[in-house]
Amino acid sequence: MNEFTLSCPAPMLSEERILLAHGGGGRLMHQLLERVFLPAFRDPALEARHDGAALEIQGVRLAFTTDSYVVRPLFFPGGNIGDLAINGTVNDLAMCGARPLYLSAGFILEEGLAMETLRRVTDSMRAAAERAGVRLVTGDTKVVDQGHGDGIYINTAGIGVIEAPGEIGPQRVEPGDAVLVSGDLGAHGVAILSVREGLEFEAPIASDTAPLWEPVAALLAAGIEVHCLRDLTRGGLASALNEIAQARGLLISLEEAAIPVSEPVKGACEILGLDPLYVANEGRFVAFVPQSQAERALEALKSVPVSAGAVQVGSVLEEKTAAVVLRSRVGGRRVVDMLSGEQLPRIC
Amino acid sequence: MKFVDEYRDEQAAARLAELIRRRVSRPWTVMEICGGQTHTILKSGLQDLLPPEITLVHGPGCPVCVTPIELIDHAVSIAETPGVIFCSFGDMLRVPGSRRSLLEAKARGADVRIVYSPLDAVKLAQANPARQVVFFAVGFETTAPANAMAVWQARQLGLDNFSILVAHVLVPPAIEAILNSPGCRIRGFLAPGHVCTVAGYEDYEKLAARYRVPIVVTGFEPVDILEGLLMVITQLEEGRAEVENQYRRSVRREGNRQAQQIVREVFQVSDRAWRGIGTIPLSGLALREPYRRYDALERFPPTQAPGEESAECIAGLILQGLKKPPECSAFAVRCTPETPLGAPMVSSEGACAAYYLYGRKEVAS
Repeated sequence: MNEFTLSCPAPMLSEERILLAHGGGGRLMHQLLERVFLPAFRDPALEARHDGAALEIQGVRLAFTTDSYVVRPLFFPGGNIGDLAINGTVNDLAMCGARPLYLSAGFILEEGLAMETLRRVTDSMRAAAERAGVRLVTGDTKVVDQGHGDGIYINTAGIGVIEAPGEIGPQRVEPGDAVLVSGDLGAHGVAILSVREGLEFEAPIASDTAPLWEPVAALLAAGIEVHCLRDLTRGGLASALNEIAQARGLLISLEEAAIPVSEPVKGACEILGLDPLYVANEGRFVAFVPQSQAERALEALKSVPVSAGAVQVGSVLEEKTAAVVLRSRVGGRRVVDMLSGEQLPRIC
Repeated sequence: MKFVDEYRDEQAAARLAELIRRRVSRPWTVMEICGGQTHTILKSGLQDLLPPEITLVHGPGCPVCVTPIELIDHAVSIAETPGVIFCSFGDMLRVPGSRRSLLEAKARGADVRIVYSPLDAVKLAQANPARQVVFFAVGFETTAPANAMAVWQARQLGLDNFSILVAHVLVPPAIEAILNSPGCRIRGFLAPGHVCTVAGYEDYEKLAARYRVPIVVTGFEPVDILEGLLMVITQLEEGRAEVENQYRRSVRREGNRQAQQIVREVFQVSDRAWRGIGTIPLSGLALREPYRRYDALERFPPTQAPGEESAECIAGLILQGLKKPPECSAFAVRCTPETPLGAPMVSSEGACAAYYLYGRKEVAS
């Protein structure tokens, strides 16, 4: 007879239903992780809460990750759901310091989808896989009734071999680290929004979707002691930095004037009332490296086209307060909080 | 970016802050009316640049915040009526009603959509003749012309399935109500630049004269706000009480006559309840007779008893500048953007949201 044990059930969320914001990369999503998923699946690798899990199998250090893609519209300036599904998973592996090798792809297709649309997506997946140097080696297909999907949903999972000599993750971030971003922020989120909302800009803003292993490899090849890497997807730079600050209980300080945002993205954000610090990117990451190596790290990043716009935007301070602060362009200081829910366009 | 970067310039800001420091001789309390200005002040950390003599208090200029709870509740019930497409600007969605917010109604299956312009809601009505399309017409004088235009257009098109739920408020009566309140410490105002772009500032001249307060029409960038403050402080130190225009690149004294005309065509001035403050006479807009059939209140008469406010929320005092968000016992404890007790915590122009997002000083300093 099994012994009856009292288990600690996952506490109820205060909201009784899933809101869109639970998937927005902000505080509600973190609550969901903390209150539902982490207690349900307890595992040290999962609890590290990195972009992927670092696992050792018979002496080989592997990174393993998965991600699902539900983007509307399927095609947008600069890419489509296919490139995203490859690059996103490749980048999660790269952020573990791992060379991406093998991917799986699961397709959930909506009844009635044009075969031509599917072909365009798979073609760009093949091209993106070639560019990133990964092989797509296994997959799955399901079809759902019309009206029960947005045409195509894709899930990809990936395996890579960790090439970084040391561990990479929030736990390695130290006071005195330099905070580098690999290029200008916000292009992906604004590109999606501009098509979704039918907004037209003088110059169309293209998504920045791109594979990021090459710049990470350049950092490692230059012998940079990389402490932490994070791609700046949902929730943008602000959410990524808050996660890291909280994981390590450290204060991260940013210089607003140093944060790169292109003129068209800046303009679009002004109009829509969005803060580029919170807008999603699909080809940008943040790197924490010792300040003494920041110059060399930037040189290494700039040698690769996808991170040619790399700059230092801030540093990690000694204080024990877990937060992100920003010195504004006019010289005042303020807190940069984690996004609550989704950014909603403003009233006036 | 032209017209933005020069108003976020560190040197210009430092120069204005220095002038304010030199000019100020004693304590002054100044209110910025508009929530957009409140957000700029906190987001740029402007208080760090100002001398301790100057106290900024934040005004009621957040249309989302002052929309009465019973209207939010009614919006939710309309949205939950089968066959309705309920359209709103984005920042109305998270505002808590007494039962739930529009965002929660959406999660339960209501067809709630974010639009960028009321004219998009008219288009939705044209495209969905079998459904009722309702637009939540919230805002100050700034959004009134576009909302009026939507109703006017719906009438031209002979649409029977379009209506608006009106929650329009006006700034000058609110300033007057604040000046009349017994505990008022405010000696000068930054008036909202966007509202004055539409409405002009002739009405503010009467207020400045009657109550002997300087009012400076001010923009929304950090340098705008510092310049506006310098102008108010200069008037106070010199004993003047006039209306001046800092936001000259956008505002003329008479405002935008064409925009005012369409507003007058469709709306008339009426009494309005302000959430947390109470009813202010002649402080809002209501649809005029030929347009009254586009009033969502007529098409969907309220059936529920008015909901109750959170007993702990002090939004009313905050909106009148009598308290600051950190003085609220629930602030950042029981009231957060995820679990709001009042609207100022979730509106993009709300003072509580500004303090929560940017202003928790124990961290920033």
